[in-house]
This record gives sequence, structure tokens and C-alpha cells, in this order.
Amino acid sequence: MITVELPKALCSYADDKSSLVLEESCPTVRDALVAVGRKSQGALDRIMDEQGDVRRHVNIFVNGENIRFLNGLSTPTRDGATIFVIAAVSGG
Amino acid sequence: MKKARAKAAAKKTRVKAKAKAKPTRASGSKKEEVLLLVGTMKGAFILRSDKSRKKWKVEGPHFRGEAVYALLHDTRAGRSRTFAATNSMHWGPTLRTSDDNGVTWSEPGPQTVRFPAESGRALAQIWQIAPGRATEPDVLYCGVEPAALFESRDGGTTWEPNKGLLNHEHQPKWQPGGGGLCLHTIVLDPTNPRRMLIAMSTGGVYRSDDGGKSWRARNSGVRAQFMPEAQRYPEFGQCVHKVVHHPSRPGRLFLQNHWGLYRSDDWGDSWKDIANGVPSDFGFAMQMHPHDPDTVYIVPIEADMFRATPEAKLRVYRTRNAGASWEPLTRGLPQSGAYENVLRDALTADSFDSAGIYFGTRSGKLYGSRDEGGTWTEIANALPPIVCVKTGTAVSA
Repeated sequence: MITVELPKALCSYADDKSSLVLEESCPTVRDALVAVGRKSQGALDRIMDEQGDVRRHVNIFVNGENIRFLNGLSTPTRDGATIFVIAAVSGG
Repeated sequence: MKKARAKAAAKKTRVKAKAKAKPTRASGSKKEEVLLLVGTMKGAFILRSDKSRKKWKVEGPHFRGEAVYALLHDTRAGRSRTFAATNSMHWGPTLRTSDDNGVTWSEPGPQTVRFPAESGRALAQIWQIAPGRATEPDVLYCGVEPAALFESRDGGTTWEPNKGLLNHEHQPKWQPGGGGLCLHTIVLDPTNPRRMLIAMSTGGVYRSDDGGKSWRARNSGVRAQFMPEAQRYPEFGQCVHKVVHHPSRPGRLFLQNHWGLYRSDDWGDSWKDIANGVPSDFGFAMQMHPHDPDTVYIVPIEADMFRATPEAKLRVYRTRNAGASWEPLTRGLPQSGAYENVLRDALTADSFDSAGIYFGTRSGKLYGSRDEGGTWTEIANALPPIVCVKTGTAVSA
């Protein structure tokens, strides 16, 4: 089981839930995000563009580590992991 | 997947704007509202007035913190639908709609304007939303960055890229201008459903005569100042900022270039210089008069390296003879200390008999004229940087 914590801005895409629990096997962050897309395509479209790249001003943390400094979307996720989707330092 | 997207996109969840906007209402009767749709770098503002256009009620910002580069109020086929292209720095671009004249907006769902995965491209910004012809009331177009054209045939629910442009042989050589590689202008021939024209920065003007299947560059005579001297009139690659025409004379086009002011009388087959009496032929904004095919408005800018109104005077220039001469329109506009810039979609007109002309500046000032540019009044003076101004007319119960 993997938990994905969404920022407030994306909760409306997921029936106003801030946490999504993924029961299926998700060996990597990419697999977990694809699973998020099955629950809410709109939320996934805000996190990743249509080429499957994480948007420039979005950060994803796995158990406290930014995946940009790990193995990107190929970063492994163990059972029980928590993935945080967080707006990066920028704004409008 | 595509069906799921369409279904989700069609399932509109309406959200109340934080501005708690309410349309002007007349008890027991329908009332016509004039709308000014203002897109800024930090959200959209909707201004409402009656037909006198003397006083404006400002509502917003809608989409707080998101850039709004394109707006459209579409009243074809009995609808009253407003489109807004929003772009969050974090969460990307979204096309949103309102069916109550901007009071409430669709909750963004799956991204409906999207490049196919095999294109290798991803949507960065929607720069233009244009209605199709009156005879095709469910057709809309979007011009986007990176430069591409999208078409909807169901009133804006689903969108498909134009493959003729998407796979154009010139596409690998199109280059981004200062604002990005954007397709920002869509011009339809109202009399010939197979003919349309688009413009992009940089790439230039392209025209299709076969309903969008194929596109030919139409830039003969248009200068590319930023190229080596011997290559300043290429087949394509120009940085065209805006093209306008009048539907009563569709083959005559006016073009504001990145250096250069042009007219074509043959649907873009050839262009001739019409920078006669302007302080600079650099600029972004260009607007056709709603009734007179000889009258066009521009806002000259000093230079690409100094994007401000020449001599620090805020002047709209108007030609009433198709570019043979231009006159400055200054009454009511600051004529000293005005280092302003007006971007390509921030100058517009309404359709009243005495046409209203409106423009917004990058410093957040919004001006309007109820007498075709003769006199101007400041409508708002401290909005976020304005990138888009459009008009519409709505009927409220």
C-alpha cells in the first residue's frame, strides 16, 4: 500500500481528498503516479505533462527525499511509502 | 482514455468565483450587459456595464495567481459561453468555461487541449481562443505554445490538433520569440470554409486553402530584422505579432510585425509596407474597426530593445484609409512619463455603432474609448500586468 499526499490545490480533482491510498503494486514513483491517474486523470494532468514529465514547478518527495535527487520517476517505492506532491518555490 | 477524458470534460462542476460576482440584474426583465474580459498575469477580471459603457463594475480576480492569456465570449447558436485559458505556474495550462457570463467557472478536470504523445511536445500555454465561422457554431480553435492549432467541433468539450501544422516540414525550424513559440492569431475566411490563416512568433504567416490539411508560408515582403542582412526576407521565420482583417473584405489583411507594419490585398500572397507616419513600426497590438474595413488601430512601441511607448507618450494610432496614413489618438491618455507597453491581445473593440475601443497595459492600466478612439478614459489603473482584453455582450435574466 502506498499513500499519495496531494496539495490543497489538487484536492478538488480527487473528490476533495488530500490523501489517495493506492492498494495496487507500484514499484516506482512513475507507477504510483499512473495509479493516481486511474483515480483522477485531472490530478495527474496537473502533476505531469502529456509527455510524462513532472511539471517544472512541482516537487515529489518519497519518504522525505525529493525524487529529483534520487532516481526521478524511476525511484523505487516500497510498501508503506508515502509520496508527497508539493508546489515548488515559485508563484503567480 | 480519450472517451474518459471527453466524458470527464463534459461533466462540468461549477465553482463559485471567490469574487462572489453577480451579474447586473433588472427586476423582472432581461438586461443586456456589455462585458470587458481582461486577462492578466495574476488572473482574469470581468468588467460589466450597460450599453452606455460609461461606468464599469470590476469583478475578480478569477483564477487567482494564474496567468490568463486568452479569453473569448461565444454567443453563437444561442449559447452564452465564456472561455478562459488559465495557466498556473505550478499546475500548468487549463481551458475553462462559464455558462453564466463569468459568475461561475468549470472546475478543471482532465486536460482537454493536449498534444499526442508521439508529437514529443507538451502544452505550455493557450494563446488564443477563436470561434469558428457563424455557419459552424460548434467549431472553435485554439492557438497554443509550442506553436500548434487545435480544433474543437463540439463547442469546446474535446480538441484535436491540426495535423497539417503539427507535422509541417517547417516546424523543426520555427523558433521561440521572447514570449515563447506561440501560435497567437487565427483568421478565418467567412466566405470560403476551406481557407484560413494563422500567425506565429516566430514562424510567420501560414495559410490553408484546403480546410487545414496543408499550409503554405505567406510572408512575401515581410521583414525579419533579426536575420543577417542578406536573409531578411525569408520564406518563413518572421516574428509576426498580429494579423487582423474585416469580414466584409476578408482578403485584405493588416499585419503588425516585429519591426514592420504591412497590408496584403491578396490573402497574404504579398505584403506591402504601410508604416506611413508612425513613430515606430515596432509593436504588438493591432485591432480592426468593427464596421469599417479601412480603419485599424495600433499602439507603436519604441523598439524591441526598449519596449515602451515612444517619447514616453501613450498614443494609439489609427488609420482610416487602410494604412495610407496614421493619426495619433491621445485625448485622455498620458502624454508624458508614460513608459507603457500594450501586448498583442490587449487591444480590442466592441461592436456598437459608435465603436468602443479598449486596451490594457503591462503596468495594469485599462483604458476605453466610446467614440472610436477620439477620447479615452481610464477604467482601471492598478490591475496586474494585462495580457489580454476582449469584449462580449450578454443577456442576464
